Amino acid sequence: MYDMMNEKAAQAKDKKAALGPDIDLSSFTAEPTDHGYMEDLTKLPMIDRQRILESGVDATEEGRSGTYVQEDASVLHAHSLQDGLEVLPIKRALKEKDWIREYYWKLVAVDADKYTAAAQLNLQDGYVIRALPGAKVTLPVQACLYIHKEGLGQYVHNLIIAEEDSELHVITGCATSPTLKRGLHVGISEFFVKKNAMLSFTMIHNWAEEMSVRPRSVGVVEEGGLFLNNYICMKPVRSLQMYPTIHLAGKGAVSRFYSLLVGSPGSELDVGGRILLKAPETRAEIIARAISNGGRIINRGDLIGEVPGVKAHLECRGLMLRGGLIHAIPELQAKVDGVEMSHEAAVGKIAQEEILYLMSRGLTEDEATATIVRGFLSVDIPGLPPALKAEIDRAVEMSEKDYL
Amino acid sequence: MLKIEDLQVSIGDREVLQHIDLEIKPGETHILFGPNGSGKTTLLMTILGYPQYRVTAGKIEFKGVDITHMPVHERTRLGIGMSFQRPPTIHGLKTRQMVQICGRGAVDVEALAAKVNFTDFLERDINAGFSGGEIKRSELLQLMAQDADLLLFDEPESGVDLENIALIGNTISSLLQRDFRIDADLTQKDRRQQRTKMGLIITHTGFILDYVTADKGQVLYDGVMSCKSNPLEIFRCIKQAGYEECVRCTT
Repeated sequence: MYDMMNEKAAQAKDKKAALGPDIDLSSFTAEPTDHGYMEDLTKLPMIDRQRILESGVDATEEGRSGTYVQEDASVLHAHSLQDGLEVLPIKRALKEKDWIREYYWKLVAVDADKYTAAAQLNLQDGYVIRALPGAKVTLPVQACLYIHKEGLGQYVHNLIIAEEDSELHVITGCATSPTLKRGLHVGISEFFVKKNAMLSFTMIHNWAEEMSVRPRSVGVVEEGGLFLNNYICMKPVRSLQMYPTIHLAGKGAVSRFYSLLVGSPGSELDVGGRILLKAPETRAEIIARAISNGGRIINRGDLIGEVPGVKAHLECRGLMLRGGLIHAIPELQAKVDGVEMSHEAAVGKIAQEEILYLMSRGLTEDEATATIVRGFLSVDIPGLPPALKAEIDRAVEMSEKDYL
Repeated sequence: MLKIEDLQVSIGDREVLQHIDLEIKPGETHILFGPNGSGKTTLLMTILGYPQYRVTAGKIEFKGVDITHMPVHERTRLGIGMSFQRPPTIHGLKTRQMVQICGRGAVDVEALAAKVNFTDFLERDINAGFSGGEIKRSELLQLMAQDADLLLFDEPESGVDLENIALIGNTISSLLQRDFRIDADLTQKDRRQQRTKMGLIITHTGFILDYVTADKGQVLYDGVMSCKSNPLEIFRCIKQAGYEECVRCTT
């Protein structure tokens, strides 16, 4: 099986992606250092602990049901604190678990582009997080992919599986060490939300100014399942391109995407979200908030209604704070009669009237601006545990100094 | 005390207010009448310091400080508060947070909200989808938290249904220390002496006069202030003879 995949990958290793600037993968050749396994994550240097904490990953593991931390190519830590929850490195899973074959490269095509191909050919590791049937894992599982080595290309593959009737919340932070300038992250993620299962996946990215990032994510939601996908990227990044895609394959499946994006000077973000409504009574919602602070943001959204009676809504709001570009590209595709799909996109600057209103309540102009931006970024996410909501709020708060 | 001397105000190139004089002493409440477009809102916004209302001549003094060119938030901190007629919606900012901003964190939001029957709105975005009456109650809630000394009301009764008009009227009355139901044993003279809050209320309909006592009334007509008199008298005159006649006979 793997030989065949390697073969397909080899054929696609120069295949340019449909979207985003092309990246020369051969320019990220730094040899990863082996960091070894760490039983106690609190022994991590404080500066690194702080950095991963900003992405929602707490080294003390307090309030978490499991942890996966990878630094460069090495797995530092991987274990579950709760029955019914499995957290393991994918390389180990590929060796030891037969069931992994049902999931690995089943949703993302290995030959989709040079990045998927490279993730197969250069696989370093990645996490497998699985909630067993009926398991209610209400505390979040935390996963961190951390890059330390200057000039490294990090290639990971992640699988997240919520078995029937399970509940699973994952917070995953991708971050770079404070000293790192340039690097590449390619991450394959495949999500499986089975019958009546609930999965929330909250991803907080804290990259460096010269980082190139190419996540490739696809998920499938079966009958009665719910998938919440939250994405927060507010720190500078050279080039980020991703277009996660979810297939609502079973009756009554629901998926909602929320993303908060900040485009800083020199950053180029091309972030989309696509949901295919393929079964009766499925529902989808994509909500995005984008702030340009002098960077470029392309915000795509695509809803595809394939059976009658489905409902979907797409909303993109952009705020021009200090120049740059916001390009909202909302798309709706109705392939049959009787689908109900809508979108709204609005891009503008902060209304002077709102600033003055807040000043008339005693705030300075800067405080008023910050309050409006905070409000703009505050989106209610029904079903998200309060601890994860708090992590999102914290990420928003900590990025404020970068753009206000 | 608020003291306005020979104030002239332009919006863009258009002169809107001409030679306005106005003095509101501590404890006094004034009513401002005038037809649409006569400059009433302009006067309030100029006192508050909105930059699109450009002062071309004259002076505004508050508490002995020249505030003519002071930024909005400094005036607010000096004790000026405004109840807006059509405030903007701020998405993602909860009414509760707004009240906390007004009270600089030192207020009991729940207790204040209960007074204007607004508890159910605290978790809603400020002004988002609020009806006319809800906007007024929200504005009053914010003013209560702000505890300003000079309160400006831009048509506080517009768009309010009959059921809520008494609530709004009585709340304004109490904000201006004019609610007779509070400390009922005080004499009128005592009340007048103890009162410090100043009010300037724009009204179209005069409904507010059923709930709020006022010391003086004036008519702003074509950007000129006229007819300084008893507010009820002015109101009766306007009702019977119209603004034009009223301005002519009393000026």
